[in-house]
This record gives sequence, C-alpha cells and structure tokens, in this order.
Amino acid sequence: MVGSGILGGLITVLRHVLQKPYTRQYPEEAVPLKGRFRGYDFAWSEERCTGCATCAKACPHGCIDIVTDPLPNGRYNIDVFDIDIGKCMVCGLCVEVCPYDALFMGADFALASERRWDMVQHKQDIGSRERLSAYFRPAFGNEIAVRNELRGDYTTSKGVAKPAAEEKKA
Amino acid sequence: MVTANPFLVNMGPQHPSTHGVLRLRLVLDGEKVLNVEPVLGYLHSSKEKLQEEHTYLQTVPITDRMDYLAAMSNNLGVALAIEKLAGIEAPERAQYLRVIMAELQRVASHCFAQAVFLQDLGAWGGPLMYFLREREQVLDIFEMVCGARLTYNYIRPGGVSQDVPPEFLPAVHGFLATFPKKLDEYEGLLTKNEILRARTVGVGVISRELALSAGFSGPMLRGSGVDWDLRKQDPYCVYDRFAFDVPLGHVGDCYDRFMVRFYEIRESLRILHQALEQLPPGEWKTPVPIVIRPPAGEAFQLIESPRGMLGYYLVSDGGAAPWRFHVRAPSFLNLGALNEMLVGSTVADVVAIVGSIDIVMGEVDR
Amino acid sequence: MINQFIIDTFAGVLPEWLIALMTGVTGAVGVLLFALSCALAAIWIERKLIGRMQIRYGPNRVGPKGLLQPIADAIKVIGKEAITPFGVDKVVYAAAPLVIFIPALLTFAVVPFAPGAALLNVDIGVLFVVAVGALGVMPIFMAGWASNNKYSLMGAMRAIAQTVSYEIPLVLSLVGLVLMAGSFKMEDLVLYQIENGWFLLLQPLAALIFFIAASAELNRTPTDIMEGESELAAGYHTEYSGFKFSLFYATEYTHVFAVSALISTLFLGGWGTGPVLDQVPAIIWFIAKTYLLFCVFVWTRATLPRLRIDQLMAFAWKFLLPLSLVNIMLVAVLVELNLPGIVVFAVNAVLAVVLIKGWAGLLSARGATVEQRVYIRPAAAQ
Repeated sequence: MVGSGILGGLITVLRHVLQKPYTRQYPEEAVPLKGRFRGYDFAWSEERCTGCATCAKACPHGCIDIVTDPLPNGRYNIDVFDIDIGKCMVCGLCVEVCPYDALFMGADFALASERRWDMVQHKQDIGSRERLSAYFRPAFGNEIAVRNELRGDYTTSKGVAKPAAEEKKA
Repeated sequence: MVTANPFLVNMGPQHPSTHGVLRLRLVLDGEKVLNVEPVLGYLHSSKEKLQEEHTYLQTVPITDRMDYLAAMSNNLGVALAIEKLAGIEAPERAQYLRVIMAELQRVASHCFAQAVFLQDLGAWGGPLMYFLREREQVLDIFEMVCGARLTYNYIRPGGVSQDVPPEFLPAVHGFLATFPKKLDEYEGLLTKNEILRARTVGVGVISRELALSAGFSGPMLRGSGVDWDLRKQDPYCVYDRFAFDVPLGHVGDCYDRFMVRFYEIRESLRILHQALEQLPPGEWKTPVPIVIRPPAGEAFQLIESPRGMLGYYLVSDGGAAPWRFHVRAPSFLNLGALNEMLVGSTVADVVAIVGSIDIVMGEVDR
Repeated sequence: MINQFIIDTFAGVLPEWLIALMTGVTGAVGVLLFALSCALAAIWIERKLIGRMQIRYGPNRVGPKGLLQPIADAIKVIGKEAITPFGVDKVVYAAAPLVIFIPALLTFAVVPFAPGAALLNVDIGVLFVVAVGALGVMPIFMAGWASNNKYSLMGAMRAIAQTVSYEIPLVLSLVGLVLMAGSFKMEDLVLYQIENGWFLLLQPLAALIFFIAASAELNRTPTDIMEGESELAAGYHTEYSGFKFSLFYATEYTHVFAVSALISTLFLGGWGTGPVLDQVPAIIWFIAKTYLLFCVFVWTRATLPRLRIDQLMAFAWKFLLPLSLVNIMLVAVLVELNLPGIVVFAVNAVLAVVLIKGWAGLLSARGATVEQRVYIRPAAAQ
C-alpha cells in the first residue's frame, strides 16, 4: 500500500520522541573519558627522563624542544623540555617511543589559550601534571587510575557497556 | 518548448551538501544540468609530499588525516604497504585485531555515509541523528582501544600499537548484540519510504561498463553489479578465513548504492562475529625499529576501504623516509564519471548523486 | 469579548461608526498579537519537538525548559548586520520581507476562534482564504528575483511552479465541503460539522488532499523544494540577513499556524467538541486543535526526505488533481442521496482507500521492480 513506508517511518520517529535523549549536557555532564584517552596536557617525569630526545625525533611535526647539559655524573641536565601543543596532532608517537616511560599523554582536553605562545608547555608545567592517560602505559594502569581517581572510567567504560546492560533487560 | 539561456551556477566550495569543499561548476537550463565541471584542490594539503619527509612510522598518523572518516582503513593500508616493503610479518593476533578494527570502521563509515546521504535528500531530522548515534558507539570502542575518536594511529607496521584493553571484548559484543536490531528498524524506516525511493530509484545510473572503465571501486562498483571486493578477490590480513557475502546491486542507481551499504554493514557484523570468536592470544606486535630502513625497492598494497580500493604505493631508496609515497584514493577516482552521471539530471539529483558517491574531500585532495 | 464590552460601554455615548472602528482595531490588534505569540510558541515547539525526535534535548538553556529561546533567537537575529548585497533591486529587495507577512496574517482574519469570534465574518470566507493563500507566492518571487542570486532565483521559480500547481487540488478539495455544508461562510462550515460530524471523517480524501496541498504551499519538508537547504543553500531568502531574515523566519511559522488553524476549522470541527466536553471554552478547543496540527507538521518535517520538483509537480497534477475531482463527484452524489452521516463516512473512507491504492498502483506500475532486487546473491549464481 502506498504511504505505508512513510507511515512506518513516522511511527519510528515518534517512538524516538519517548526515548531519553542521547546527547549530554556538556559543561554539567561530561562524557567519561576512557583510560587511554590521548589528551594534550602531556605529563613528564624529570627523574626518569635521560634527555635522549627520542621523543623529539619521533614527533612528526617537531613539537618537542629539548636542550640538555652534561652533568659531572655522566647524566644530562634537562634545561629545556618544551612541547608546542599548537603544532601537536596527538598521535602519541613520542609517548610510545620513550624508552624510560618518562612521558605520558594527558587525560584532559579542555585547554585553551589566548596567545599562541601560551600553547607551548614548559618543563615545569608538564613535570607537575596530576592527571595522566594510560595510553601506551598499561603497566602503569593501576597507578594512573589511582592518581586520576578515575578507576571506574578505566576498568569499565560506561559509554559502551551501557547497551549490553540494556540488552539483558530486554 | 520554452528554452532559457543556460546559466552557470557554482555549487560549492561553500555549499551545504558538497561534503566539504567540492566545487561543481554546473551549467543549467532551468533545473536541468547541461554540463558539469568539478573543481578540486580546495583542501589540498600536500600530504603525499609531506610523507616523503617523514620516517615510515611517522607516516601513519598523517594517513589518519586523509580519509578522516575511515582512519583505521588508512592506517591498515599504509602499514601493510610498509610491511611489504620492509619484509615485516605481523603476528596473528595483530592480523585479527586489524580485521576487527577495519570492519568496525566500515560500520562507522557506512553509518555516516547513510546519514549524510539522507541529509542530502532533505531528511534533516531523525534518521541522520539515529545513524550518528550508532556510529558514536563504534567511536567509543575506538577511544577505548587507542585513545582517540577520529584519528586513531593504531595499526602500525609490524602489528598494532598496543593490545586491546580487557573491556574491549565485552564492549564489542554489546555493540554486536544491540546494533542489528537498530539497523533493522532504520532499514524499515528508510528503504520502504516512498519518497526516498522516488528520489533514488533510477537516479544516477552507472552502467557496469562505465563503472569499470571509470575506475570505480567499493560500493560504487558493487552497486553497479560488479563482483569485486578485495577482501574476496585478493585477501589481505586474514580475510580468507571468514565466511561473508559480497552484496551486489542490480541497476547501479543511488538506491542500489544505498542498499549495498546497508548490506555491507551486515556483512561486516558477520565478519566481526567470526573474528572475535577466532581471536587468538599472543603478541600483538613484532619488534620493529623506530626508524625503519627498508631495502631499496617498491611496494604497492591495495585494501578494501569503506569507500573502495585504497592503495599505497611506496618507493624506498634504502633511507629512513619513503622516496615516493603515492595514494590511490578511492574517493578521488569515484568522482571520475561525474559528467556521465550528472548531465541530464536535475539540481536536486546532483545533490543526491554526489551524496551517494560518499566522498571525503580530505582524501580527494590529499 | 472585549468588543462586546466596548459596545456595551459606549453604546449611545459615541457615534456608531466610532464604535465599529474601535471594535475593528481591538480585534485586529488581538489577532495580530495572537499570531505573533503563536509564531514565538511555534519556534519553541518545533525546536523542542524536533530535538526530541532526534534524541536530543532541544533548547533548554534560556529560561525554564528553554521557553525563552524564541526571544533569544529574535534578539540574536535582529542584532545581526543587515547586509544588502551588491546588485540587488533595492526597493523590491526591501519590500519582499514586509509583504510576505501579510498573507499569513490575513488568513487569521476569517478564522472563527469561537462562536461569533471571527474578525471578518464574511460570507465568502473559504474563497477569501484561497485568494489570500495564493498571494503568498508573490513576495517569495519578489525576494528571489530581487536578490540577484541564482539560488534565490531558482528557489523562486520552484515556488511559483509549486504553488500554482498545488493551489488547484487545494481549492478543489474545499469544493466538497462547500457542497455538503451549502455555504462559503467559515462559521456555517463549523456549525455543519458540529451537527453532522467532522469533515475529517465525512470526507477523509479531501482532508488528506488539503493537508498535502497545504503543506506544499507552506514549503515544509517533504515539499520544501523552494528552500531546499541541501540543494539551494536557503532558496529565496539566501541573501537576507538581520531583521529582514527574521521576518521570513517569523512568517514561516505564522503561516504554518494559519494553515493549522484553517485545517482545524475546516476539517476538525473548529471550536466544536462534538457531543461531549462542552464545559471547556470553545476557544481552548480551537487552539488545542491548532497546536496539535502544528505538531503533525513538525513531525512530518522531522521524518521525511524532500521530493524532487518534477516529482512534486507530477504528484499534484497526476495524483491529487484527479483524486480531488473524483472526490467532488462523489460528494455531489452523496449530498444528492441525502444519506445519514455514518453511511457517508463509511462510503467515503472505503472509497478513499480504494482510490488511493488503485491510482497509486496505476502510476507506479514500473516501480515494482525495486522489491525484487536481491542484494545477497547465492554463491552458485556468482
């Protein structure tokens, strides 16, 4: 019968009116980030870093700027460790190649600045980050989860686990 | 018969339904299209040349930015090409994970293609958002695996960047359990709709011969009834271990392409079921140096991306960066027969046909 | 009510012509305020309802439940720079948004809100509505022509073709009502419905044709080809901005409301409630029906894709026009036989289904192959 397709479509749409909206009220209600979320706010451990600059070489866009100074004990003092997140495309290669697990992706994304030079993160910024991402650092998973107080987010991901729960109900 | 003076209309680069910055110079007689001339290059960002300045590992995140709706497929293509060039063998678990990711990506990409096609037809309300909601579930899974929702940088030469987290398998199973029902519902909502049929049946017909001679691939080619799917014809990864069908169209009109995408989503779900079942334990990456220096030579790898045959052609001179990096972009080649498809149709059909091609301008212009 | 008060107070004190003028002005202002407030409410309802249909929240930031959103919208739109593009026909360009508001508003003039509460209780209400409705295309053409934009011009061309075509089934579907009620007066039509049952039931075919034709005149999806966002950017009002655009925007909603009010008057019994529920004031019933119809318009808009211009024209001339002609003959016969309402309803409903099915089958004999397309072919056939 002509029109039945249109009518069926109308009814399908009407059924969706009664469903709970899928969108989130963003500033009040944030999406739970996954544990491996790759964020811009890199975290860095000065103790572990040897200044080998592998990360700087791996970066496709050359965002990382490292200046080192030899110390008498054979190690290097890291004078400058800058990441220009204005250039960064969050590929995560710097974190992956680090042989000493000294660099971490961030767990946040809501960063904005009014000046381009404010986008360069310096040694003291990235050295004192509280929140870390578990990206490519599975061995640190629990430690990161504790630090982030995001254990729930890390072990189960609410966004995707939800349909499975609905399935059981139905 | 009244004839008007033909007049020229620039459709794009700023236009609601040119999928980014495609520009069509249409010569119109009233509503009828007399001639069409596509103008490309508005999104050209020199990605191929850029790759020649980067090490092989660094090329992977840049391929994310080409076909940004199917970044996993791009990663897979370039990773396979580099492996071919350097003689690297990826472990079996990695092969399975690659298949799973590629098929999830196909589901997401086709969902988006259907949503945008409907948007182009003028159904700007519900259907679009329903498809996007389903795509969102796949993106959540990808975020869980590799930390990003659009530019994944996950599949690498030698395997995948990291193993999937423990919550990955339940999440995919949950998705596979709920999605088919939703898909049935949307198919009922859309494919039986008389208006949608009126707009798509018999519109933008590409004959079998034209599709072959224009170098079409993917749903464009299969919509015209040519049985050509690289997953069957030239299996890469472990696609030869799965049972699945290749949906084929009959006439080659927009409706066929629309339906072929629907069925391909279902076939992808079938592959996903099998791949999850067979997923072996073990290593997910063979050790590969950070700077790969393949021996001098060349390699060409074709894969079946959601948009068609995606090819990567690499030439190495033995150095750390590819000497030549070329991409066979399916979106670009699928635009090849625009004149034959559009001339004689109306302005409204132009939008429907371009929508049914499912182009991504990032890939067309590279 | 206010008019009655005026008449009661000033009768004998002031000359009669002054009283007539005062009642006229208050009525006109009342209708204007009603139309504008409806347009504001309509913006909220549509945005909220479409939001829910798209599994979104819809506006919920400005005011409780986003109720002040239309006002925020209005402030935003009016605050924008009014750009007059190069090469426009300045007078026509400026006049079009002012003119376009008039037909939408004039429709309200003859709609009876309650017993005796029509601003103009003319004897030819139905004809007036048809005439005013046809006027609506002229400002659209003015806007499209004056904008010096090819998209606008194409939108205007489409608008004319479409409106002229759909005017015919629109008028013909009303003929049946007039035949039955024996009057062109809106109030008589409502009274007839209160006595004999709604025209929606008595003449379902006419109601369907009127609904489709009216939605085409309103350029709502599935028939919004003259705006056609994904094809023509925004059609005839592509080049408008600021306050001028806000007039187009408000007119769209006022027009939908005018047509909803018309349909509820002509087919849903106007203020009448049927045999029960007489306690609620008549005007509440009327407004409730109007808003319900508006929601139906929103509903179709959120669901359906858009038709192509040639298909839309073919639908008007090949489908709606013959059916409305058949409907007139049918109604004439039924009126002549003088059957009771229930029989008329039964006969008309059955015939409507049969006619639609038969005619559609006749037209789409070629399209049957779509069902036979099989996409997954058996392995042997490959």
